[in-house]
Amino acid sequence: MPKVTIDGIEVDAPAGSTILQAAELAGIEIPRFCYHERLSIAGNCRMCLVEVEKAPPKPIASCGYPIAEGMVVHTNSKMVRNARRGVMEFLLINHPLDCPICDQGGECDLQDQALGYGMDHSRYAENKRAVPDKNLGPLVKTVMNRCIHCTRCIRFITEVAGVPDLGATNRGEHMEVGTYVEKALGSELSGNIIDLCPVGALTSKPYAFVARPWELSKTDSIDALDAVGANIRIDARGNEVLRILPRINDDVNEEWLGDKSRFSLDGLKRRRLDRPWVRQNGKLREASWAEAFDAIAAKLKSLPGDRIGAVAGDLCDAESMMALKDLLASFGSQNFDCRQDGAKIDTSRRDFYLFNTTIAGIEEADAILIVGSNPRREAPVLNARIRKVWSANATPVAVIGADTNLTYPVTDLGPAPTALSSLFDGSHAFARILEDAKRPMIIIGQGALARPDGTSILAAAWRLAAKFGALTPDWHGFNVLHTAAARVGALDLGFLPGPEGKAFESLVGGGVDFLWLLGADEFDTMAIPANTFVVYQGHHGDAGAHRADVILPGAAYTEKSGTYVNTEGRVQRGFSALYPPGDAREDWRILRAFSDVAGKRLPYDTIEALRARLEKVNPIFATLSHLPRFGCSDQSGPVGDPNVLSYKPLVSPMQSYYQTDPISRASPTMAACVAAHTQPALAAE
Amino acid sequence: MLADKDRIFTNLYGLHDPFLSGARARGDWDNTKALLERGRDAIIQEMKDSGLRGRGGAGFPTGLKWSFMPKQSDRPCYLVVNADESEPGTCKDRDIIRHDPHKLIEGCLVAGFAMGACAAFIYIRGEFYNESRVLQAAIDEAYEAGLIGRNACGSGYDFDVVLHRGAGAYICGEETALIESLEGKKGMPRMKPPFPAGVGLYGCPSTVNNVESIAVSPTILRRGAAWFTSLGRQNNTGQKVFCISGHVNKPCNVEEELGIPLKELIEKYAGGVRGGWDNLLAVIPGGSSVPLIPKSVCDEVLMDFDSLRAVRSGLGTAAVIVMDKSTDLIKAIARLSKFYMHESCGQCTPCREGTGWMWRVMTRMVEGRAEPSEIDTLEQVTRQVEGHTICALGDAAAWPIQGLIRHFRPVMEERIAAYKARGTAQPRLAAE
Repeated sequence: MPKVTIDGIEVDAPAGSTILQAAELAGIEIPRFCYHERLSIAGNCRMCLVEVEKAPPKPIASCGYPIAEGMVVHTNSKMVRNARRGVMEFLLINHPLDCPICDQGGECDLQDQALGYGMDHSRYAENKRAVPDKNLGPLVKTVMNRCIHCTRCIRFITEVAGVPDLGATNRGEHMEVGTYVEKALGSELSGNIIDLCPVGALTSKPYAFVARPWELSKTDSIDALDAVGANIRIDARGNEVLRILPRINDDVNEEWLGDKSRFSLDGLKRRRLDRPWVRQNGKLREASWAEAFDAIAAKLKSLPGDRIGAVAGDLCDAESMMALKDLLASFGSQNFDCRQDGAKIDTSRRDFYLFNTTIAGIEEADAILIVGSNPRREAPVLNARIRKVWSANATPVAVIGADTNLTYPVTDLGPAPTALSSLFDGSHAFARILEDAKRPMIIIGQGALARPDGTSILAAAWRLAAKFGALTPDWHGFNVLHTAAARVGALDLGFLPGPEGKAFESLVGGGVDFLWLLGADEFDTMAIPANTFVVYQGHHGDAGAHRADVILPGAAYTEKSGTYVNTEGRVQRGFSALYPPGDAREDWRILRAFSDVAGKRLPYDTIEALRARLEKVNPIFATLSHLPRFGCSDQSGPVGDPNVLSYKPLVSPMQSYYQTDPISRASPTMAACVAAHTQPALAAE
Repeated sequence: MLADKDRIFTNLYGLHDPFLSGARARGDWDNTKALLERGRDAIIQEMKDSGLRGRGGAGFPTGLKWSFMPKQSDRPCYLVVNADESEPGTCKDRDIIRHDPHKLIEGCLVAGFAMGACAAFIYIRGEFYNESRVLQAAIDEAYEAGLIGRNACGSGYDFDVVLHRGAGAYICGEETALIESLEGKKGMPRMKPPFPAGVGLYGCPSTVNNVESIAVSPTILRRGAAWFTSLGRQNNTGQKVFCISGHVNKPCNVEEELGIPLKELIEKYAGGVRGGWDNLLAVIPGGSSVPLIPKSVCDEVLMDFDSLRAVRSGLGTAAVIVMDKSTDLIKAIARLSKFYMHESCGQCTPCREGTGWMWRVMTRMVEGRAEPSEIDTLEQVTRQVEGHTICALGDAAAWPIQGLIRHFRPVMEERIAAYKARGTAQPRLAAE
């Protein structure tokens, strides 16, 4: 660890760090525009200049200059201040003075640093440069006059997102950032360049001219639109979510967020259920809470427990699922299921259905096998992590399933699960790579589990993991990648058929006379037999509500304090940023209120009491945010015959990234994304 | 005064056969195997002893540069030859390539061997189409004769020479931008460190040398460091090809000793300044990047690295641009500013924004449409660019203007005053 002195403070910084990193260790902030700790170093903004003693008598860019033993650095000398003032003046001469109409205003790096290093007047008497704006699709708005050419967006899209869509054309002062041929950015992570842009050149198109950052109330929450559980910040004004930004969590999403999670917030205002509805004479009519509850209670009381069932959807918080299970269990029901896709998951052990390696653990893997999953669509942030390990170590990745571009090169093992056998018997060359790997990883997607031979694929994948040393006491390389934010929480609290309970196919196929859908929309609800009484509790008028006999308006994930367990098994909690619209209420409160009407009062009056109940059911719910890494101590695998594998191709459950749940289906922005990424058919002459 | 026997480029004017038989007659490829048999360290030591300083402009000692290459490397090492001669006023490498290509190719082998390189990449300026044809023919000849390629010159050393044509960007003459361009990327300089000797072409240890530095090295090894140091002055040893252009009677390339007086160089080889020495206004002594020097300095100054540095200019590429009293100096420097603005790669802020600013102010200065105080502003802007950029293009853009202001400020002020006087002399048009 070389010792360097920065502004008189001695620090020991790891060998190979740059002056800027060492200064951060010493608690000294060096201004920067182009440098970003998660991107490669460009060194082009020249704002981070510092003075180094016994070096050439000119300022040095600290972002790219490695430290050496005994180096003495000054970050605030006269030379440094003059250099930074000069650079700031250059940045501003061609930067428009349009801060009053710029969406970056108030959170702009250039504004902030101009305060420290800017002049009070301009010496530049010439005309300013004008640059045509680019159309980067429905998400990112450009005002290219404001661009300071830091190339953060280019580096992010190329390095992290792995989609080389952006670049710089021309040179000198004519240099322009763009796509060359106009097109929408082809990345699911494109929204992150808005956060990265230090000025107002790239801003959010849906958020344009909507609000100023200081008007917004900021609430920490958890993204519920995929199973990664990205940490987010909900910015709201009044009772309206205006934008969603990622929070930094190095274990989960680093500081990235998928476009769906970021931009589908306008779906939260559309197609909302804001009052109860009751079906009368085949038609839904508006009703009061009391009428709705009475209708449900009347039906419920007339049925034996085994004719009552519930299905939990993909966006549910653990609290509401717990309350629903407790409620219906008090009627004697054992008919619960959370697997709307019919995924064959062995829940006898937790590591049979978790992403055991953990997302951060991907970076330690030295060979990766993906089975029946398209992580780019199902979990773009997690896919960026796979790309990260690939770009750092050229980690070999193989895919069994559809041949798609995952932003890194893969070995295509064919579409059928039978490829697992050829890996097991060593007849495919990739078996050799898994064999040699010290920390191999196998990722099973829902596309492999939600099919008749799902148990066999799960068992075969486990057998493979065991054979290639992925299951050791200090490395667990068996991973299930979920697509639903609610899924792992539901499995953990046992929202599953009891010993004599009925599973999903039976529940929606007439196996019960009373079916409670808790936000369950991802199946053909119209196929539920007519004699089944359906209660839909949820927040959007989507598939479930269409079929319902009674509709109870619930809260979306932004409107309730809820606990979610992500695909790694990490328990995370979000806070409510605003109130549900109209008569809608938080889901656990609805269930608690109904339990009174039904005469089966649930034993919790506060959400804390409900959470205590959750912890009692499964102590894992007490381990908030903290996720201990564990290896695999028991190699016995899940049930299923690993030899009965079919030739039927594996298909990812997500055929479109942008519209996968009630919120994103209601979002005009997501609809615009779908339109932008669907090539219009060429009209034949 | 360089004696004929001490000339290295004996076919500089293309009077003889540039190809193999002619080159052999001039002593090239004469027992190159023996040169290689001296060993890597001996070659580098000889080069160090010769005091040869890089002929591309910066004047860094060549032998020292070679010694930075790793002695042992698990990756291949490369020699990169910078033939992207784009500095305005410079045309020496062009004549070497088209008239004496085998000097360069032999130099590649010797230098490449000394630094443990497995191949040399010659990056030639895109506009040098005919020159690239000649050089490629010479390379093919050398391969055929077994001088390079497998078991080059029978030495047991395998060495390839690859010619690569650029696309005509000045910035690709900067060593790291050249490497980027050679790799197929946009020619933008890299941050240093890491230096190319550590991480260069394709991430491997590389050394980038100018054509002339490489082409003189076999002769230095043959005739010895002592011979080379006997030419020139201390720390500025040897000979150099000077390119004399501008307002002289006979523009030419000429090989001369370093340290020759500028006046002698112009009068003797270029036929003197147009209209006589007293008609001289100023000289840019080392290619467009270096500050100009006025006649008073030209009278005495010696043409070598240290002497020119002492008068706050530089030897650069030794491209002497002579300007007589008919020259509008402000306009001349403004034209150079336009060149640098056009050739700035746009990567880093001071150069991207500063070169445009400087050119715009300079165009106004040409007319005199400015305030006298703006001369100071302009000077400060050049200081804000100089030394703050990734590569030296920022410096190169700043220095000519600094030279102009340093020596010809009164001319600029006069121009401004004249413009103002014109403005008041002409009655304004009535607004109504």
